[in-house]
Formats: sequence, structure tokens, C-alpha cells
Amino acid sequence: MRYAMAVDTKKCVGCSDCVVACQTENNVPIGYCRDWVVEVMDGTYPQLEIELRSERCNHCNNAPCVRCCPTGASHIVDGGIVLVKPNKCIGCGACIASCPYDARYPHPKGYVDKCTFCIHRVKQGMKPACVAVCPTKCMYFGDLDDPNSDISVILKKRKSKTLIPEAGTQPQLYFLI
Amino acid sequence: MATRRQFIRISAMGAGAVMAGAAGIRLFGSGLTDGQKATLAALTGRTPTYCEVCFWKCAGWVYKDDKGSIQKIIGNNEDLNCNGRLCPRGTGGVGMYHDEDRLRKPLIRTEERGKQSFREATWEEAFDYIAEKIKVISAEHGPECIALFTHGSGGKYFSTLLRALGSPHIAAPSYAQCRGPREVAFQATFGEALESPEPLDIRDTRCLVLIGSHLGENMHNGQVQEMSDAIDKGATIITVDPRFSTAAGKSKYWLPIKPATDLALLLAWINVIITEELYDKPYVEKYTYGFEYLKEHVKNMTPEWAYGITTIDPTVIRETAREMADASPAVIVHPGRHVTWYGDDTQRLRAVAILNALLGSWGRRGGFFRTETFELPEPPHPAYPTPKRTWRTEFPDLYKLADSVLANGVCDATVPDPSRSCKFQAWIVNGTNLMETLPNQANTLKAIQELQLLVVVDTMPMEITGWADVVLPECTYLERYDDLRIGPHRKPQIALRAPAAEPLHDTKPAFYMARELAKRLGVIEYFPFGTMEEQLDWQLKQVGSSLEEMKRIGVKTFDRTADNLFFYPDEDVEFYTATGKIELYSTALEGAGFDPLPKYTPHEEPPAGFYRLNYGRAPMHTFSRTANNPNLTDLMDENSVWVNPRVAKEWGLSTGQYVHLVNQDGKKSEFPIRVRVTERIRWDSVYMVHGFGHQEKKLRRSYGKGASDTNLITKVLVDPIMGGTGMRGNFVTFITDLAGEEVVS
Repeated sequence: MRYAMAVDTKKCVGCSDCVVACQTENNVPIGYCRDWVVEVMDGTYPQLEIELRSERCNHCNNAPCVRCCPTGASHIVDGGIVLVKPNKCIGCGACIASCPYDARYPHPKGYVDKCTFCIHRVKQGMKPACVAVCPTKCMYFGDLDDPNSDISVILKKRKSKTLIPEAGTQPQLYFLI
Repeated sequence: MATRRQFIRISAMGAGAVMAGAAGIRLFGSGLTDGQKATLAALTGRTPTYCEVCFWKCAGWVYKDDKGSIQKIIGNNEDLNCNGRLCPRGTGGVGMYHDEDRLRKPLIRTEERGKQSFREATWEEAFDYIAEKIKVISAEHGPECIALFTHGSGGKYFSTLLRALGSPHIAAPSYAQCRGPREVAFQATFGEALESPEPLDIRDTRCLVLIGSHLGENMHNGQVQEMSDAIDKGATIITVDPRFSTAAGKSKYWLPIKPATDLALLLAWINVIITEELYDKPYVEKYTYGFEYLKEHVKNMTPEWAYGITTIDPTVIRETAREMADASPAVIVHPGRHVTWYGDDTQRLRAVAILNALLGSWGRRGGFFRTETFELPEPPHPAYPTPKRTWRTEFPDLYKLADSVLANGVCDATVPDPSRSCKFQAWIVNGTNLMETLPNQANTLKAIQELQLLVVVDTMPMEITGWADVVLPECTYLERYDDLRIGPHRKPQIALRAPAAEPLHDTKPAFYMARELAKRLGVIEYFPFGTMEEQLDWQLKQVGSSLEEMKRIGVKTFDRTADNLFFYPDEDVEFYTATGKIELYSTALEGAGFDPLPKYTPHEEPPAGFYRLNYGRAPMHTFSRTANNPNLTDLMDENSVWVNPRVAKEWGLSTGQYVHLVNQDGKKSEFPIRVRVTERIRWDSVYMVHGFGHQEKKLRRSYGKGASDTNLITKVLVDPIMGGTGMRGNFVTFITDLAGEEVVS
């Protein structure tokens, strides 16, 4: 089993619903976020291009945050999801510094927090909150090992990219382009 | 990278402050956070609602955490408005409930208006005060001198109260400040207004033309969803906007039009479609009236003619017209929503309607569908008394085609004028922040100072509440019942709003307020049910449901009475116009003394050193209503003024810098606004998101953040046809020297 997510940049309107849905689903305190929206604009008026995308933890196969965690709080569970055990985390911040995607933040309660792919929902057969709420249905989630999953099907059908592949992290957040 | 930066900035700042103070680290016994545990626990109980953060009114479910506090709102899968997916504002609706700046107690003014001195009062006191004043005003001036301004579900009950008293003056700024010209134009052409949600079959369209709609930035939920479906199916999107909008970024064609020239482009498109014979001939022949007049009218309005006006390449005008025709009838020239721009808006929307008619998209799959609205019996009550006069009496021969009360008209007729026999004496304002809704704030204040009574009903202390005599704190939509939502759609549906929590503080639902006032004013028979629960249960039982059932399902869908979402082939259709046809040539406009066919007239250009002020929406905010919502402020806490790099160079502006804006009449923004230098905007205009720059200090999170466009709209271009207030004729320049002024950030 290998969970992954894809975001269709052709459909994302950058509304940030994924951010609010994540905050209210996971009680992320106001002022913090586990996912966010990026706008990249290129060109000169009127020859312009824009890419909007919702970003979060890439749940890397080769996760630097897990490697550098001194206490083992950062770990990988079944399905390749990278998680943090709040009770093991000492808030040292090494993982935050090591993450090329800036996907982690220090929770005010003292531990480091990040996207969990909403594992508590996924275990119940639901989609992550961001995927479920998105008004443009631009996000796909599922098991890459299952050839019929939403994610496998869309990645076969569409061209995609990952972010900072040169970091060698083998990210599992794909962007359809 | 603007949005990303914002979130990084927010995270980083919070992090520093918090880590320093968090010496003791709390440990937890499991890998799940508090929130996740709460989520799992709370799945047992949920309450149906429909959203009140905007007018789309999506239905959803409210979930509470294990402490009984409202935690999240999720869309209802059955709901045709949202299909189980709320927009960021709907998801962030929890912030309306939790906002610590909410109004808490009824307030009565203690000093002169606008000084913001109030004393807390009991509900009894507040109701007695209002009822006493209304009695005196009704006796002296007639009940017609009482007006209601409303943009919220609670308006329904105050509307009943006013009608019962004998006043017809129920004004919604959503008409003359927003979609009124569109409704009049479509009425004149197809015999029907579009209403809300608009009957656009975007999901099955093959070509979507956005002219005056920045869909995706305005989160009209169902339409945003269907635009996404259309993208999936390979539809062509054509966007006309002087600004590179989000939708422009998804479009095959972006037409970066010179502001204020849209009508010329529309006429040129009509010209191409007629001269190249691209129109739907059988449809036009069977259903329309006045084609030959139209053909003659546009014969010289060629793409080359339009080029000199719009700056759009004639080749592109032809190509895009052909794209529309290729997709016909599965094509939508989007009618927009906020269309009060230049004062000739009804005529511009007429051109939109005509274009749709030529392409045969009205009543066709992928174009406009026929809606059906559920018929719900109203609670029985005596007939309303007939008003002795209406606002129309005060505006003889003006705005002849207006079919709703004009909010600005009521405002104007509140100021004594020798040409008018009566003036308004009392306003009740429900869920609309008139100071940010009506253009020309000075005029609004002048009117307010003339009133004998101003009652404001809201959940938040907005600018308008500061001017009130009595403030009635309404509980949020998450804490009350309201009427069933029965809006039009592909199928008739009803949606229930039930309270998920007890009202916080000393707040009450509008139904209760209106009924208590009705009691005191001797018109209680218009409120036959003591509570909304009783009323809803009675209504639902008339149609084979019950309050109990609706609490369980939230949304109920009914079958259409006829299987006629689209016209049948060769169907004989009678349109509700004078000719019974789709009127390309409008007999209604002609009869009222207006141009029966739309004409382009040039609009004023910005003077040297000034830029046209354009404004719009951000997906996470609704008007000025959400600017203090903790969840939504977290996403965007101030607006910025978009400036083209060439303009920035001339003025020495850089991104992030604060400036003041000052308009053609010397009106300066109340607060400085941040500059965003971006290629996404033309050099002849600037752009800002509406709803910021709050002047009400009680809005602690949003006070002084950003600038208010309304503040800078002192020039109003009134539509002579229906009285809409055009707000895109204002020009601003920059004041870069803030002279040591403190910036709220």
C-alpha cells in the first residue's frame, strides 16, 4: 500500500478551502496551517501564465525529517504516511529545518505538527478533509499500489510533476500539469 | 508566491512567539491530536444548516467537538447548490460563531448619532423603545415612511412586520447595488429574470464566456464546481477582463480589455455572428423578435470598429465569436452577478442576453436550463394592508423598469428635498453593512442623520451599528432556525437550518425580534406561530415531510413537475414578453423611452496620473461581512492595491509598501493600503478586493486593515433604466508619503 495525492493545477482556483477544512478537521490553531496555496505567475502583460496549487507534506519515500529526528517522533506508518508522535517530540525543530517543502510547523503545544493525509479519516474509508471539501474537485487521493484507485488512474492519464525532485526525497504529492 | 508567503509569514511569526513561551511541553498518550479525537467522537451527532456567509446558501452539516462546541461544517451531499462541498467561507463559517467581537447585548444609544455611545439594555426595553417610536412615526407620517434594508435570512421576518404595518419598502442592496441591471435586461429579453443561483448549465457547456465574472475568485460555489467539470470535459473558456483573473489563467482566450468598453466588444461579437451567419437560424426564426432591426443596428459595429475602443485584436474578436458559434447551443455568455458598473449596465446586459439568444443557448443543454422552485405554503395570515404610497411616487418618471425597491432610492428619499412630498423616518437594517454597501458614504450619513429611528440587526458590530439608535444582536445562523431554503435549481429542493448550539451571549433570532415587535405594534396575527419550530413543522407537514424528518436529512429533493429542463426540439415556447418572443429588439425598453437596442457610449477616462478603480472578490471573503471572521482573516487579513509594474516604476512603488489612495474628488482612503506590484493588471487601472478598511474599532481583528473601495466611490453612475448604482467610474492616484502615520498590521 502506498498512499499519494495529486493536485490538478488546471482546476485549482487557489481558494484556500483546503486550508480551512484542514484547520477545522484537525484543530489546527488559528495562525498555523498544515496545507497552503501557492501562486506562481510568469510573463509580461498580456502574455501571462499562472499556476495555482495546494501544497502540504509530500510524505516522501526518502523523508529527511524522519532521518534527522533525534527521538523517533517522526516516523513512517503503513501506506508511507509520515507522522509525528506528539508525546515523543521535543520540539527541537530539526525536521522543520530539514524539510525542503516547509511542510512542518511548531504547534503552540510544543510539538511539531504537519499533514497526516487525514489518516484518521482514511482509516474509516473517507478521503482527507482537503480532498473531500475542494469545490473544484482538483485533488485526488488513494493507493498507488491499487491500479484502479483514483490516484493511479489520474496519474496514468495526465502529465504530472513533483516539487524539488532533485532533493532526492521521492515526494508523493503530484501536480497535474 | 503571495499566498504562500503569507502563510509562511503567519506560521513563522506565530512560531517565534509561541516557542519562547512554551517551556512546558504537554505530552499526549496517542498519535491523534485533540481535534482528531474530537472528530471521531463527534460523528454521532450532526445538525443540518444552510450557510449564511454568502447568498448561495449551501446546505451542510454542523459537527461539534466532545465539549459541545461547534467544530466544523461539512457540505450536504444531497444539496444541488454545493454537492457536499462548501467553499472556504462556508467551511470557515464556524468563525462567525466563535468571533469574540460579536454583539452580545441589545444596545440603546445614549449620545448623538455616530458618537458610538451606547448603554446595554434588556430585550424588553429595546423592543418597547422601538415600538414606541414606530407608533409615533406611523401616526404622524404613515407606516410607508418605515423602510427595511436586508441582506440576510432574518430580513424575511422584518419584511412580514413592515408589510403588516403597511409599508412596502423592503430594499435589498443586492438589487440596485448588484444584480438588478442583469435581471431587468434578461426580463426584457427572455421575459424572465435569472434569480439565484443562476440557471447556468456550466457542467455541460462546451464554451464558457466570462465577461464581468471572475468566477473562482467569487466563490459562487455551484458555478465554480461546474466550471471545473467543464474544464475536465475540455470546454473552451474565454475570459474578458482587464485583469488577469484566476479564470483568465484557466482560459484558452484571455481578452485583456480596456476597462469600461465591454459593450463595444459584445456588439462586435454580435456583428460577427450575424455577418458570418453563425447564429442558430431555426432558433432565431422560431423564438425571437426583431432580428432584422438588430442586424441593421450592428452592421457597422465591426471588430475593426471595436478594436479602436477595446484594444482587442479584431482577429481575436472573430476567432472567439466563431468558438462560441462552434459550441452553440452548448455555450454560455455568462451574465455575471455584480453588474452595476458604468450606469449603462442594463444595456450591456441586454447585449449579453441578445448574444445568448443568437447562439440559441437559452433553454438548451450546456446553456441555460429551466429551473423549478418548490412550492411551500406560507403560514396563514390576514391580507396585508394596501400601502397609500410607494417610493415610486417620490421619483416620478425615473427608473421605470425597476421592479424592486432601490436601496439607494430609499436612502436618497430620506433626505428632505423640495421635489418630494414625503421622506423616510425610520430604517430597520438587517444583515447588511450599509456604510460599505451603498456608494457615496457621505450621502448615506446625511440620510442617517435625518432619521427618527435607526434599528440595526446584526451579529457583528459593523460600521452601520455605530450609527444606530438601537442595536439588536442577532444570533448566528448556527444558533437558530430560519425559513426553509427553497431556491430554484435543476430539481426542486428544500433545505433546513436548525440550531446546532444555544445562542451565545444575550443574542436572539430575528424571528423572535420581529414577533415581539409585532406583538407591541398590534399585528401579531401576521405571526400565527409562536416559534419557528412550530411554523416549520406545520409547513413541512403540508408537503408530506416533518421537522423531524428534515432534521435527519437536512435536504429533501422532489421530482420536477414536468420533465422539461431544456426545450424539446421544436417546442412552442411562449416567453413572458409583450411579443411572446425572445426580444432581440426590446419593446419594453422602447415603451419606457429607452434604446430598444444597446448602443455603445464612451465613458469618462481617468485624468493624467489617475487610474480607474476596479474592485472584486477574494474567494475567502464575502463583502465586508467576513473581514473579522477569525478563520477567514487567517487566510487573508488585509487587501492590497494591484499595480502594474510600469505604473509602479513611475511612482517608485514596490510590493509590500503602504500608500494612501485619493480619488478624483479628493477623497482619501481612511487607511493606508499595501501595494502589490503585478503583471496581472493593466496600466490604466488598479484593483483591490472589496470589504476591507473597516473603521469600526470594535472589529478588533480587522479595524484599519487595508482600504475600503466604497470609501473611494464618491461618484455614482446611475442607470436611468432601473436605478442601479454604477461604481466603476472612480479614479484614484497614490499618496506615497505617509508622513509618519502608523499602519495597523
